[in-house]
Amino acid sequence: MVELAISREQVFDWLSEVPDPEIPVLTITDLGIVRGIAVRDEVVVELSPTYSGCPATEVIEQSVVDALHRHGVEDVRIRRVLSPPWTTDWISDEGRDKLREYGIAPPARSASKRELLQKARAIACPRCASLATELVSEFGSTACKASYKCSDCLEPFEYFKCI
Amino acid sequence: MNIDDARLAYVKRLGDNALILGQRMVEVVAACPELEEELANANFALDYIGQARMYYTYAGELEGQGRGEDDFAFLRDENEYRNVLLIEQPDGHFGDTITKLVLFESFYLLQLEALMRCSDPRVAAIAARAEKEIRYHLRHNVQWLVRLGDGTSYSHERAQQSLDELWQYTGEMFAPDEVDNLFEAEFDGPDLHDIRERWQANVAAIVDQATLQKPADAWMASGGKEGRHSEHLGYLIAEMQYLQRLHPGATW
Repeated sequence: MVELAISREQVFDWLSEVPDPEIPVLTITDLGIVRGIAVRDEVVVELSPTYSGCPATEVIEQSVVDALHRHGVEDVRIRRVLSPPWTTDWISDEGRDKLREYGIAPPARSASKRELLQKARAIACPRCASLATELVSEFGSTACKASYKCSDCLEPFEYFKCI
Repeated sequence: MNIDDARLAYVKRLGDNALILGQRMVEVVAACPELEEELANANFALDYIGQARMYYTYAGELEGQGRGEDDFAFLRDENEYRNVLLIEQPDGHFGDTITKLVLFESFYLLQLEALMRCSDPRVAAIAARAEKEIRYHLRHNVQWLVRLGDGTSYSHERAQQSLDELWQYTGEMFAPDEVDNLFEAEFDGPDLHDIRERWQANVAAIVDQATLQKPADAWMASGGKEGRHSEHLGYLIAEMQYLQRLHPGATW
């Protein structure tokens, strides 16, 4: 067994260039789905799926393999890690800023604990920061987003739904 | 039945519930009252089918005969499916869809909360993932049931009819059999008796807020967990398996 002469930090930097296929402004490290990196005679990357039915899971795994191949790493293995489950709380602060700049309101923290008949908390408009916003639909263009509109600047916007 | 067989049967049932309900949700896409609900239903279907894939993949590993998610989904006949009868019931109108989802997801959420603490680490991990999704669904579906029940006299009447019609399929979810009992005993799995009590209380509160009448517990249909299904499942499976039956081994 020949140890590869690369560091885990190096691999992490390379993975920081891999975009999320559905929200390309975020990288997979912003999203917080890279759970572990091991460098032995191969590189093992542990990834967490976001949502059970996220159609991007396979694409993301392939992009990781492709990215490491481009940097000359031949043997790459992806391990899916389910536990503990990914939550939107794992999106990095940098990732949340990028989302806001992109026009998507970042997820509130830990709102998944909300009771069934309880009201949702106010979501700030990513354009004008107003809290006078209204839920249009709890579902949106991808599995991870809900649709809102702002009553002040009148713009519709997407909200990265919190789970 | 030994412990390994019981675990395999239990995991396949979880997969069957998720897959069959997922396929039902696929059917109602393009038949919803508004665009936002199309998105909601498509998202529900994605979550359920994604969960089914995780359960089936694990079932294949437990079985150890080289079968995977596609084999379980596409190469079994209806009597091999062990999903509960409630979820295979057809969606007549939107009130049926919402009522069915509220009744089933109120159960499934409690089941998942218990499974998150079970001693099979893989099932616990899948449950922890799925629990967040089902909680999100249920919140949405409860709002709709309240809106329908507490809406116009017409929507109220139809939601009540859905509830009355579907109630007879709820008892099966809480009727433990050998598989449930073994999984509970050996893997610290869900206590269906306890879940039934909490389900009754939760559903009573939802139904009350929706100004609907909770039907009396009378005769309950059963058989889904043993593979004896209503006529509706055959049609669902025929459509779902059509491509794989016509082109055996097709992949994409």
